[in-house]
Amino acid sequence: MQYTLLILVLPLLSFIVLGLVDSKWKPKVAGTIGTVVLGIITALSYFAAWEYFSMHRIAGVYEKIIPFNIEWLRFTDYLHINLGILLDPISVMMLVVITTVSFMVNIYSLGYMVNEKGFERYYAFLSLFTFSMLGLVVATNIFQMYIFWELVGVSSYLLIGFYYTKPSAVAAAKKAFIVTRFADLGFLIGILVLSFYTKTFDFGILTSGDTSVFASTVGASFMGISVMSWALGLIFIGGAGKSAMFPLQIWLPDAMEGPTPVSALIHAATMVVAGVFLVARLFPLYVVYSPEVLHGIAYVGAFTSLFAAIIACVQTDIKRVLAFSTISQIGFMMVGLGVSGNGGHEGVGYMASMFHLFTHAMFKALLFLGAGSVIHAVRSNEMSHMGGLRKYMPITNITFLIACLAIAGIPPFSGFFSKDEILSACYEFSPYMGATMTFIAGLTAFYMFRLYFNIFWGKEHKHQHTPHESPFAMALPLVFLATVTVLAGWIPFGHFVTSDRANYDIHLDFTVATISVLIAVCSITLAIIMYRKESKVPKRLATTFSGLHKAATNRFYIDEVYIFITKKIIFNNISLPLAWFDRHVIDATMNGMAGTTQWVSVKIKGFQSGQVQQYAYVFLLGTLIITALVLIF
Amino acid sequence: MGVILYYMNFLSLFVLIPVLMMLGLFVSNSRKQIQFITATGASLLLILSGIITYMYLTERAAGNVAEMLFTADTVWYAPFNIHYSVGVDGISVAMLILSSIIVFTGVFASWKIDPLPKEFFLWYSLLSIGVYGFFISTDLFTMFMYYEIALIPMYLLIGIWGTGRKEYSAMKLTLMLMGGSALLLVGILGIYYTSGATSMNLLEIAKMKIPLTAQYYFFPLTFLGFGVLGALFPFHTWSPDGHASAPTAVSMLHAGVLMKLGGYGCFRVAMYLMPQAAHEMAWFFLILTGISVVYGAFAAIHQTDLKYINAYSSVSHCGLVLFAILMMNETAATGAILQMLSHGLMTALFFALIGMIYGRTHTRLITEMGGLMKVLPFLGVSYVIAGLASLGLPGLSGFVAEMTIFFGSFQHTDTFHRVMTIIACMSIVITAVYILRVVGKILFGAIQDAHHEHLTDATWFERISVVTLIIAIVAIGSAPFWISGMIHESVIPVISHLAK
Repeated sequence: MQYTLLILVLPLLSFIVLGLVDSKWKPKVAGTIGTVVLGIITALSYFAAWEYFSMHRIAGVYEKIIPFNIEWLRFTDYLHINLGILLDPISVMMLVVITTVSFMVNIYSLGYMVNEKGFERYYAFLSLFTFSMLGLVVATNIFQMYIFWELVGVSSYLLIGFYYTKPSAVAAAKKAFIVTRFADLGFLIGILVLSFYTKTFDFGILTSGDTSVFASTVGASFMGISVMSWALGLIFIGGAGKSAMFPLQIWLPDAMEGPTPVSALIHAATMVVAGVFLVARLFPLYVVYSPEVLHGIAYVGAFTSLFAAIIACVQTDIKRVLAFSTISQIGFMMVGLGVSGNGGHEGVGYMASMFHLFTHAMFKALLFLGAGSVIHAVRSNEMSHMGGLRKYMPITNITFLIACLAIAGIPPFSGFFSKDEILSACYEFSPYMGATMTFIAGLTAFYMFRLYFNIFWGKEHKHQHTPHESPFAMALPLVFLATVTVLAGWIPFGHFVTSDRANYDIHLDFTVATISVLIAVCSITLAIIMYRKESKVPKRLATTFSGLHKAATNRFYIDEVYIFITKKIIFNNISLPLAWFDRHVIDATMNGMAGTTQWVSVKIKGFQSGQVQQYAYVFLLGTLIITALVLIF
Repeated sequence: MGVILYYMNFLSLFVLIPVLMMLGLFVSNSRKQIQFITATGASLLLILSGIITYMYLTERAAGNVAEMLFTADTVWYAPFNIHYSVGVDGISVAMLILSSIIVFTGVFASWKIDPLPKEFFLWYSLLSIGVYGFFISTDLFTMFMYYEIALIPMYLLIGIWGTGRKEYSAMKLTLMLMGGSALLLVGILGIYYTSGATSMNLLEIAKMKIPLTAQYYFFPLTFLGFGVLGALFPFHTWSPDGHASAPTAVSMLHAGVLMKLGGYGCFRVAMYLMPQAAHEMAWFFLILTGISVVYGAFAAIHQTDLKYINAYSSVSHCGLVLFAILMMNETAATGAILQMLSHGLMTALFFALIGMIYGRTHTRLITEMGGLMKVLPFLGVSYVIAGLASLGLPGLSGFVAEMTIFFGSFQHTDTFHRVMTIIACMSIVITAVYILRVVGKILFGAIQDAHHEHLTDATWFERISVVTLIIAIVAIGSAPFWISGMIHESVIPVISHLAK
């Protein structure tokens, strides 16, 4: 399967070409190049997926194949960074997800971004992002993953800050980069620790189940915690940064400053699930060497999911609602992994998590693109500027509704199937976890339909221009993704991706399913009552729970904490004193030495006056003193 | 000419070409001629460094395992056994490539230098003689002499062509570095006399055993002496003032190459010749360099002058060089050399761009600039690339160097060293903070000053300078294997000598 290399090379070439020509070509040409390249690699990925899933199975287990691997940099005899391609069920699935969404976003942007300045720059960055993300998922070793991880981070920075004359976009881009960079430090140190003990970066060796690799970690601990827990915990911090887990989620809502298609691609469907992918990739290690860290991941995921869902209920910027919903859904995926065991029925959480990753990518991209279509029509992100749009934008309305039903977990839409598997895995882990996640699923249904009704129903806002349906280039991806959202639930996912790469037949747990569907339906009904027509209920609720409402609207003040730490502590209490210390203590000491030298030279320069009388006088005096001394002693 | 070459071998061309440049400059009398002479000379040097690299790699591929290649030796001053001896290994070849790129781009960055272009380039050539001579020498005394040759022109270049408090800065820089070289002279003489060698040749002294008590005295002296030039905390304060006042090309050459003399000397002279003392005393210097790395980065956050930011960033990055060589293993040492190379290119690019921006806006304060990306897209994009290289983006040189250092250092079996490595790792986050702060302030957002609306983007000679540096940064960053391999091979003899 050598041709998979093309999947990586083509977007890179497209980035280089589009980056170098800058604005010398017509914008349309740049857009077409980017989109065509994406089309080609999407086709290649589908073909690769077909070939892989139909042919590379030995005794019922999918094999791992490495069609390409070169040594890029050698640290020591055993530690060397390779760049290569690893194909296994999760990476092949990710190839399909990334190329599909990316291709859709490329097409969509032809319509959405066409009047923007820097169209070719936009497509160059999109290509760079796609290249980096693909490189990340096919990484053969953890260091290659880190390399592309950083590249993904920088493409995200460039795309969030695409409107670089807008200060809020620049600040958001900076914040996203620095927060994730901070998390990446954890990732890096995790790799340092892991590679120090195992002497390898290679996923193949790490996840082979060979215990001799970990021989030197046995009994090794630091501050009472085993080194494997340290390594895996630190690596998870990296994943938590990219996947916006609490308390590192602060960058994601701000990242909505970027163009909407970018939010769909990067901050909903692909990059933000990199952390989930990372945990899934190292899952055999987590499950065997540090179950406590794995459980920690489950709790972090559950808490983040709840936290974000509550905030999503009160936000008024439609992109931010979607951003918090993304955080919440990624929490679901993390929980799925965290509660999972390895293999067979035990591993259902893993399978469900990957399944949810897949379906979520499709319907969340659809939601964002739909939101983009709305924003394009009304030129605002605020819910209060919308309402009653269903008459003007039928396609957007229907596709958005489908996505909402999917995320709310209504059968037969795809979200129902994947979320339900996660819920049953949770119930098996502990009833409390199951109940919590079911409650969050209910919240999800509520806030999504609050969003839906506020945009497409409710009181009509007076528009300056009559809103109109989006052009074909934007409608096509909506329709395509909606189709996938409707159908994807019927994919027998357990036949493709499982924790032990063997076959697993999904059984719907009817008790769990019934409960969750009931709760979802109740939540939707509630949303209908509150938001379909203008009503006083929301306002009354807000005044009743004014404390909670205010806190949630302000996102529980986590951003204020962030500002406090960066501005007050780092900037004013570390950096400022250090800069002062450097100038007024260290440098002053150096200047002081120079000053002392000068002072001494001024004082003693009298000795070199050049006056013969003075010399004779001193000479005489000296002679007398010495004579006197000789005589006395 | 042939006779000279016969005695001096072709490595000496690196010194000879700048000498010829100086002669040419003496007789030139128009700006055109000056530009022609310097551009030709600098291009020749660049080509020559390419040829040397090629020859070096072929020679190694052919199985030549001598520690130094292309050696030559001529007695220079018999009473003290001072020889003019030259030779290169992978480390010096890397440094020659670096110097040639910086000298070349420096010429184009100061294409329109004013006033006194002739004098400027005379001193500039003298400075490059010192730099090249230092890297090709294997004789301690000759090395020291070239070191001094490189320092002196700095005083005049800053004092005459500088900006701001130039006299003060020039004086400060020269005095502090001279102070360092005073320590160094004592150190070198001490090494020579206590080793009992019959010449000052590095390779020969390395075979001798310097008594341990003598090592205790001379190792710190030599390490500090070179360390001052490598911006070792707390002797780094010449760097912010010096860089801020220096003209563009001088900042480039100074931060890009001259500061590398420090790291190179620490490794090649202090550590190589006095391994026992190095082992015993490394912890102390490790703490100092660890402070440099983190402290420099934190101090950079709060600066408002572009050049100060980069000067402090250099303290941090050069601190990493010294930090890595003190780890005393092959990988970390390879990383140190890569970091010298990478930092040299990055800082030169930064200083070149700052000079170009300053030439247009007449300010270096980030508070007085904004939105420059719109009016200066070429310079803006290049600045972003330099920034990304500096904060360690994969695909650019900084990442390769830093990662080699971190992973090399972390292989140390001692927990103290590993903890220090983790502390040093933190600098990558702080670096991101100050780089993005600057980029956000000066390039993005709205234009601050109405006068900046009509600035013109880079001219052709500025583009040559910037593009050359970017190509080098990308080349090392995306295909590091060959240069890393070349350096690694040459680090082995030094490290195995240290391990004894």
